[in-house]
Amino acid sequence: MSAVMITRKVRKWEKLPGKNTFCCDGRVMMARQKGVFYLTLFLITGTCALFFAFECPYLAVHLCPAIPVFAVLLFLFVMAMLLRTSFSDPGVLPRALPEEATFIEMEIEAANGNVPAGQRPPPRIRNVQINNQIVKLKYCYTCKIFRPPRASHCSICDNCVDRFDHHCPWVGNCVGKRNYRYFYLFTLSLSLLTIYIFTFDIVHVVMRSMNGGFLNTLKETPGTVLEVLVCFFTLWSVVGLTGFHTYLISLNQTTNEDIKGSWSGKNRGQNPYSHKNIIKNCCEVLCGPTYPSVLDRRGLLQEDTLISSSNPVPQTTKTTAPLIPNEHTPDDAKPSIAASAEKSPSPKEEHPAATKVPPLASPETDAETSIAKERAH
Amino acid sequence: MAETHSLQDMRQQAAITAKVFIQRDYSSGTMCQFQTKFPSELENRIDKQQFEETVRALNNMYAEAEKLGSQSYIEGCLACLTAYTVFLCMETHYEKVLKKIAKYIQEQNDKIYAPRGLLLTDPIERGLRVVEITIFEDRSLTR
Repeated sequence: MSAVMITRKVRKWEKLPGKNTFCCDGRVMMARQKGVFYLTLFLITGTCALFFAFECPYLAVHLCPAIPVFAVLLFLFVMAMLLRTSFSDPGVLPRALPEEATFIEMEIEAANGNVPAGQRPPPRIRNVQINNQIVKLKYCYTCKIFRPPRASHCSICDNCVDRFDHHCPWVGNCVGKRNYRYFYLFTLSLSLLTIYIFTFDIVHVVMRSMNGGFLNTLKETPGTVLEVLVCFFTLWSVVGLTGFHTYLISLNQTTNEDIKGSWSGKNRGQNPYSHKNIIKNCCEVLCGPTYPSVLDRRGLLQEDTLISSSNPVPQTTKTTAPLIPNEHTPDDAKPSIAASAEKSPSPKEEHPAATKVPPLASPETDAETSIAKERAH
Repeated sequence: MAETHSLQDMRQQAAITAKVFIQRDYSSGTMCQFQTKFPSELENRIDKQQFEETVRALNNMYAEAEKLGSQSYIEGCLACLTAYTVFLCMETHYEKVLKKIAKYIQEQNDKIYAPRGLLLTDPIERGLRVVEITIFEDRSLTR
């Protein structure tokens, strides 16, 4: 009975734990539930389509041709920001590899000392001092890491996200360090677009009514009623949200911190991340450096599939990849976790043209792969 | 390149004794900095001075990447005006520095750490959480 080991290369995103969905071979990363995101898309494009169909021809002729042009630019900017927020990696922290997890566990045990039997072990917390303020770092049992300050675990996406703000169903993704500015620009530009469409709807109705009468106007352009309705309800929510996030940015706080009341009430004015200057806070959040993704979704991994001649169905899929055992890992895959993987060192993402070829493996990865092969045989 | 091949051979023969993880240093905020505290496992392998120099150099490079200065503001504003499409053709400042860091780590490994049976892993491969140092079994390696 001979067995054949088939090795194939897979992209790393296929083996990432967590509840994200990936598209375009790992270039796009979103949450699982996308229904509300499609609704957002539909509302924005639908309302704008109605605006271009009903209002723009009249206003371009009777008022100014720049009106539709500006509307198009604004619409394109809103869509760009929405898609950028929804499709990018919010700042997901990769889970600890087994050796790192064991190292941290040993450190925790050393710190806690001997706990008498029957007593609950103390909670896993690390205290760090940031700008003369004690911040508690919590241990994440799913990701097996001590969460960096401002990071939080999103239960919907099952990932720890750096500078976690909130999980937004409207954009179908978490909002974190990497996509917060796109999210803010999306809400801001959407507010402007809503106000713009609402204003010109009113102007259009008034102008047309002066000539033909109010009811006739509504009969000629039925889309206006729909637009006004959508804009009216959107205005209150989106403009309010933009205002709220402007407030948070000026204080350099996240929604998560605001909800938990970390730096309010008796802790007011003690936010260690704030520069105590509104302009500096805004500059950091909106114009700060663009952080790269540490996930390396499009890197390549080696996956070994064992197919025995007596049973043509692939029996085991041993991925010589750093796979973190969780409740979804089949038991026979766990021994392969000890092996290391061949991987491309540098992270690349959001370059749809894929002008960069995955770099050649460094000597380190060659060596580790050969060690893994030795162990597999 | 002959040097790289001999390093590969060495690593293929050597077994991994232990791994040390240099943790992040959050004392100055959420900026990416690593602790310069010398781990006890490396005591008989490498100079404390050498190790601290490596970590400090890494810290300086990460600080350079995340610096809030006029360059990052100009880059941010320009990118915003083009609806961030400019990043399709241009590399961000952070990515440029990450390449520099990768080169530096490779260099450090080749010159200093590999001859001592150690291996530094680029922190970006561990989510910028730790600097992983692999300690290989001390067989008759060239010192």
